[in-house]
Amino acid sequence: MATTRKIVLDVLKPHMPNGVDFATALAELSPDYQVRLSVVEVDEKTETVIVVLEGKNIVFDPVIELIKKMGASVHSIDEVEVDGSEME
Amino acid sequence: MIPKKRKQFFSLLYRGRKIARRYLVTNGFDGTLTMLGMMTGFYVSGTKEFGVAINACLGAAIALFVSGFFSAYLSEKAERKQELRELEQALLVDLEKSHYGEASRYLPFFIASVNGLTPLFFSLLIISPLYLSKYGIEWPCSPFLVAIITALFCVFLLGVYLGKISRQFWLWAGLRTVFIAMALVAIILLFDM
Repeated sequence: MATTRKIVLDVLKPHMPNGVDFATALAELSPDYQVRLSVVEVDEKTETVIVVLEGKNIVFDPVIELIKKMGASVHSIDEVEVDGSEME
Repeated sequence: MIPKKRKQFFSLLYRGRKIARRYLVTNGFDGTLTMLGMMTGFYVSGTKEFGVAINACLGAAIALFVSGFFSAYLSEKAERKQELRELEQALLVDLEKSHYGEASRYLPFFIASVNGLTPLFFSLLIISPLYLSKYGIEWPCSPFLVAIITALFCVFLLGVYLGKISRQFWLWAGLRTVFIAMALVAIILLFDM
C-alpha cells in the first residue's frame, strides 16, 4: 500500500491561530508528523503560509479537516511525496 | 486541562476577556451607583419600611441584569457576526463550523453574562444589609447607611481593579472612584435640601 511521506500545502489562514499554534496543532495529529510552516504573504485579515508536513504515513483527510476547523483553507497541494513500498 | 483540540476555541474565547473586563467595570459601576443613589434617597427620606426599599432595589437590580445581559448579547452577537462575515469574505470559506464560528456563537453569551451578572452581584451585595436587618440583625446605625458604606466600598474595589489594569497606584485609583460616588451622594443631598 502506498504511503504519503510528505505534503506541501499552500494555505490561506486568519492571523489567529498564529503560526506556532497552527503548526503545533497539525503536528499533534500524529506523533511522527513534522511540520514546517513559512509565511509567504501577510494581509490585513489573512496570511498565506506554506505548510510542509512530513511523516511516516500521512493521512490526508484529518489534516484538511483540522485546517478547515482552524478557519483556514487549502489553496493548492504544491508537492506530494508518496512511497509505493510496504510500510515497515 | 483544556483538551488540545479545543485549545484554539478557548483561546478565541479568551480574546473576549478585554471586552468582558470593560463591561464588568462599566456595568458594575452602573449597578453600584444606581443602588447608592437609591439607598441615599431612602436614607434622606427617612424610610423605615425595609420591605418596600428591598423590593424597589431588587426590582432595579433585576432590571439592570436583564438590560445588561440582553443589550450586551444583542450588540456583541451583531459585532461577532459582522467580524465573521468579514473574515469569511477575506478567506472565501464558510467559517460556521470552524473554531471561529463556534467562538462567535459563545462569545456574546459569555460577555452578556458578565455584563448582566456584575450589576446584579453588586446590587445584591449592597441590598444585603437591609435583608439582614429585616431578619433581625442589629446595626449600630441605619441599615441604609450601612448599605451606602457597602456601595462606597464596592465602588472603591472597582476603582482599585481599574488601577490594577492601568498600573496606577491602587489607593489613588480607588479613591478617585469613591470621589465620584461621593459627588453623586452630594447631588442627591442637594436635591433633598
